[in-house]
Amino acid sequence: MLNIITQHWDTLVSGLGYTLQSSLIALIGSVVVGTAFALMEISVHRWLRVIGTAYVEIIRNVPLLVITMGFYVIVPKYVVAVDGFTAGTIGLTIYTSAFIAETVRAGIESVAVGQMEGARAVGMTYTQAMTHIVFPQAIKIVIPPLGNQFINLVKNSSVLAFVAGFDLMYQAKIIANLTFDTFNTYLAVGVFYLVLTMPLSYLMRYLEKKWVTA
Amino acid sequence: MSMIEFHDVEKYYGKFHALKDINLTIDRGEVVTVIGPSGSGKSTLLRTINGLEHITSGQLIVNDFNLADKHTDMNKIRKNVGMVFQHFNLYANKTVLANITLGPTLVLHRPKAEVEKEAMALLDMVGLRDQANKYPSALSGGQKQRVAIARSLAMKPRAILFDEPTSALDPEMIGDVLDVMQKIAKQGMTMVVVTHEMGFAQRVGDRIVFMADGQILEDSRDVKGFFDHPQDPRAQEFISKIFNH
Repeated sequence: MLNIITQHWDTLVSGLGYTLQSSLIALIGSVVVGTAFALMEISVHRWLRVIGTAYVEIIRNVPLLVITMGFYVIVPKYVVAVDGFTAGTIGLTIYTSAFIAETVRAGIESVAVGQMEGARAVGMTYTQAMTHIVFPQAIKIVIPPLGNQFINLVKNSSVLAFVAGFDLMYQAKIIANLTFDTFNTYLAVGVFYLVLTMPLSYLMRYLEKKWVTA
Repeated sequence: MSMIEFHDVEKYYGKFHALKDINLTIDRGEVVTVIGPSGSGKSTLLRTINGLEHITSGQLIVNDFNLADKHTDMNKIRKNVGMVFQHFNLYANKTVLANITLGPTLVLHRPKAEVEKEAMALLDMVGLRDQANKYPSALSGGQKQRVAIARSLAMKPRAILFDEPTSALDPEMIGDVLDVMQKIAKQGMTMVVVTHEMGFAQRVGDRIVFMADGQILEDSRDVKGFFDHPQDPRAQEFISKIFNH
């Protein structure tokens, strides 16, 4: 395994770079998109609720690979040319956003109804009550399950390999084809994924301790 | 001068008829206690006054705003009508002081320093000056409710609604909360109090409203007279149950 790592160091590091980049973009994107759909799911407007719920139910019940392939095959054909990295990252963002929407919605709903009422009763708008009272409490509740989603996201970024996204898994395929040492190649790649996910895992634990007990 | 006017108000939750033909006019400075068995619509009645519940039909005028009109901005009413809840509803993520100052700074856009000074004076009045920097989770129920009262007073409202403010408290905590409410009543605040504290209703209330089954069955400015001789049979039954055990 060490042989593979030393001989293909540059290839692996380049794959790590693409995986990291895709994961970061998808993480930020899916939190923004997911939170927006979470707010739609709990909206007082019926049609917003319908859109939010439909989005979550469809996206989270379709395999990630199907969504990604959709962006890789269908979008370039009818809309605009996108490369594998872009298609994969968009697919990853959309897919993860559905899970984040559910996590955030559950977090908001677990903040007692009285908190919103207490805020509205002094004349705060819905948005003010959300930003000052409900959201800060929901974040604390949501951090542990959100950590799970982030770790899944990094691992799921391996979907880029199927659409030529130059990520770790894609490089693994290339190295394995060159060396015929499939076992050690994927073992090495597994270590590289741990390099990304372990610190993330510890970061989430740290935030959990720091915020949840505060 | 009337502060709150109900005219032929009806309220339905689906098929359930929660408020039936409510007609009630509350004057400025009046302290009205609302009593009755649970499920009689007392809390619903109270919650329609600041728009936490919407009425189905009829007219409801609060501080010259018409709540039946869909275009009325509820936040304008809520700025002027405070509310104290059974379960306090203090903001769990804010200190006691921030609980009180958030409304005036965020909603009324008043300067923070000035609001904080007033907030400390209010905490003084409710006997909790030394708790200003604690979080609500560190307070007892009675302390939380006094903070909640201070929070609603900080908005300088024209009226305050109390929704069973002592029902979730241990018996030894109730007195402190009622004392604060009595102080506010003496300062001339318009108050509508849903309560099971009959002593408070008699001592502090200017007027008593008895509700059952979504209706107002008695409405009397002779509070003592009501307790001595309730007219409606259901009021008689309710009063005798309360005082004969």
